[in-house]
Amino acid sequence: MSSVVVSSSREVDAASGAPHDEPTRLQRPGEQLVTMLAPDGTRHPNPPLDHFVADLTPERLLALHEDMVTVRRIDMEGVALQRQGQLGLWPPLLGQEAAQVGSARALRSDDFVFTSYREHAVAYCRGIAIDTIMPMWRGTAASGWNPFEFGMAPPAIIIGAQTLHATGYAMGCAKDGVDSTAIAYFGDGATSQGDVNEAMVFAATYSAPVVFFCQNNHWAISEPVGLVARRPLADRAPGFGIPSMRVDGNDVIAVMAATRWALERARSGDGPSWIEAVTYRMGPHTTSDDPSRYEDPLEREEWAAKDPIDRLERHLEQLGVLGDAHRAAVKEKADATAAAMRAACVGLPDPEALKLFDHVYTEPTAWLNRQRSQYEAYLAMFEGGDEA
Amino acid sequence: MTELTLASAITSGLRHALAQDDRVVIMGEDIGRLGGVFRVTDGLQRDFGADRVMDTPLAEAGILGTAVGLAYRGYRPVVEIQFDGFIYPAFDQIVAQVAKLHYRTRGVVRMPITVRVPYGGGIGAVEHHSESPEAYFTHTSGLRVVTCSNPQDAHWMVRQAIASDDPVIFFEPKRRYWVKGEVEDAMQAAPPLDRARVVMEGADVTLVAYGPLVATAIDAAVAAADEGVSVEVVDLRSLSPVDFETVEASVRRTGRLVVTHEAQQFGGLGAEIATSVTERCFEHLRSAPVRVTGHDVPYPASRLEEHFLPDLDRLLDGIDRALGRVNSLTGWSAPAGRPA
Ligand SMILES: Cc1ncc(C[n+]2csc(CCOP(=O)(O)OP(=O)(O)O)c2C)c(N)n1
Repeated sequence: MSSVVVSSSREVDAASGAPHDEPTRLQRPGEQLVTMLAPDGTRHPNPPLDHFVADLTPERLLALHEDMVTVRRIDMEGVALQRQGQLGLWPPLLGQEAAQVGSARALRSDDFVFTSYREHAVAYCRGIAIDTIMPMWRGTAASGWNPFEFGMAPPAIIIGAQTLHATGYAMGCAKDGVDSTAIAYFGDGATSQGDVNEAMVFAATYSAPVVFFCQNNHWAISEPVGLVARRPLADRAPGFGIPSMRVDGNDVIAVMAATRWALERARSGDGPSWIEAVTYRMGPHTTSDDPSRYEDPLEREEWAAKDPIDRLERHLEQLGVLGDAHRAAVKEKADATAAAMRAACVGLPDPEALKLFDHVYTEPTAWLNRQRSQYEAYLAMFEGGDEA
Repeated sequence: MTELTLASAITSGLRHALAQDDRVVIMGEDIGRLGGVFRVTDGLQRDFGADRVMDTPLAEAGILGTAVGLAYRGYRPVVEIQFDGFIYPAFDQIVAQVAKLHYRTRGVVRMPITVRVPYGGGIGAVEHHSESPEAYFTHTSGLRVVTCSNPQDAHWMVRQAIASDDPVIFFEPKRRYWVKGEVEDAMQAAPPLDRARVVMEGADVTLVAYGPLVATAIDAAVAAADEGVSVEVVDLRSLSPVDFETVEASVRRTGRLVVTHEAQQFGGLGAEIATSVTERCFEHLRSAPVRVTGHDVPYPASRLEEHFLPDLDRLLDGIDRALGRVNSLTGWSAPAGRPA
């Protein structure tokens, strides 16, 4: 009984997904995941969570399928663009489509999203035009979209920093008396950071309506999750007084149900929740990485059999709604999106030199104005004449 | 003597340190199997074991904080921070703990910690991967801050840093990781860790540079020579303490000073060097010291970095300024309404 966890609020049993109001529960090792869609595509009932996804009609499932196929295509294009020298870097999301799409499609437009760098699918689901994702990776701008327009902050590269931002945003929502929420996306490696642990302390202290969405893709660059966790990551949150759920991250339905569970808690004043979406990074960490130095090909093969898109396709086939016409239409849309992305990316002009000095402060400062003018004068020396 | 890249010269230095002293331990993210994202620790875990070359959790404050505890136990931790921009989570441990313990305990506790940081821009990276945070650390008493510009120094200096009983922040110029040079293993000829080096002699202007810009400074000196200007290039090597004797001796000869660094100008090392040199040998200066630095803006997106980073032309312009020749400020006036 060394691992009895006392929690102040309603919880869901990690293994079965059964919510219960008991203040005390035994944290199980939790190797069992909340799964609603088996790898063969069979939909298993999950009474405690089914009502969260009761609205998933075949049409809606087809839409999730289209999302996942499209983001996978976008991701492939990102990798290709980087390989062709059009992007400086690209962090692929291959294998994590269900975790990102399932959670992002559970959000409302007035919720606010704080991500790290890999969540291109979340951006896509927020309605962010794919070409505004490109500037940061191409190096023409430090970020793309207007965060307030889409309810999504620019990606955080500093590991874990965004979990505190999400918590603070959620504290603001609670202060304002609105039922909007914040969600923070981060990786398994990030759970070691002080920031993430401090975020949990603040979230629990102030009962912030925040969802911690940890994509456990098993790797932090070369470091396996086992290096930082002796127990499932979902087991950490209860120690902070935050209920958690460990969900099959390759099951888009279960991910959506889990996220809606957490969002409902947040909206109804029950405070933070923690979701560990168990998934797998099916490629390199980024386009600069060389996983052959550390990854186990057999492990990757095992995970290939649990592919999130294949799984939903099998389910849609079982429902008899995935016809060739639909497949073709989805593929066409995905290809068109990728083509538009490519065109937008290659067409991005390099910024003008003096843009360097813009937006450092909200009000211009004399010091920087002077530096800017001096640099302008310097550049003018080269105009027309030959260099130097 | 072997020909090594700057990166592998450091690897070789780390290897010597691990072999010579079993209290040396290397810690950091991805430094084991992967050999570090720049492969500087490549093969060390294989050869010295995971006890000596430790992949750590992804937690910079944790890495530095536990290094403090290991140092209390008599270990000599060598910490790799993966990129310059990721040192800030560890900042508190470095400036508030590592730097102060020797002083607070009146010399009883030693913190022989080496913090290796790939730093600087010019590799087309995304944000937080191109920064030059050296001034934050040089502003902290109790730390030694050094950087290298060539494979030989890289090799000697990393070994000296590890051997030092003071904490050393070792900034590695990442865009020069792949330059090659002859490396002598033996330490006999190594200059002290805190000694600057005159890398090119000259008579008209002293150009002080360090780390990634030393190569650029040499290029500028060669180009200036074509125009009949003789530039003396000083490679600082140690950023704290600064070897002012070497810098001052040079300025006394040339009468002019240009300082360059990639880091932003305001409150940077250039300001400290210009002021200290002015205080020490004002009467020998024939013109005001000149700084050629990064602009006072956050490190920009990579397609703008060529405008941020001092390059050959900006250094030549700085030299022209020191000489009072036609330069970017000739005829320059401040924006309308403001005095220049
Ligand atoms: C503070 C900080 N330290 C180190 C890094 C370098 N880094 C970038 S991604 C990464 C691994 C992150 O792993 P995880 O949190 O599991 O997320 P994943 O990339 O797997 O999605 C590391 C070490 C960083 N970006 N920020």
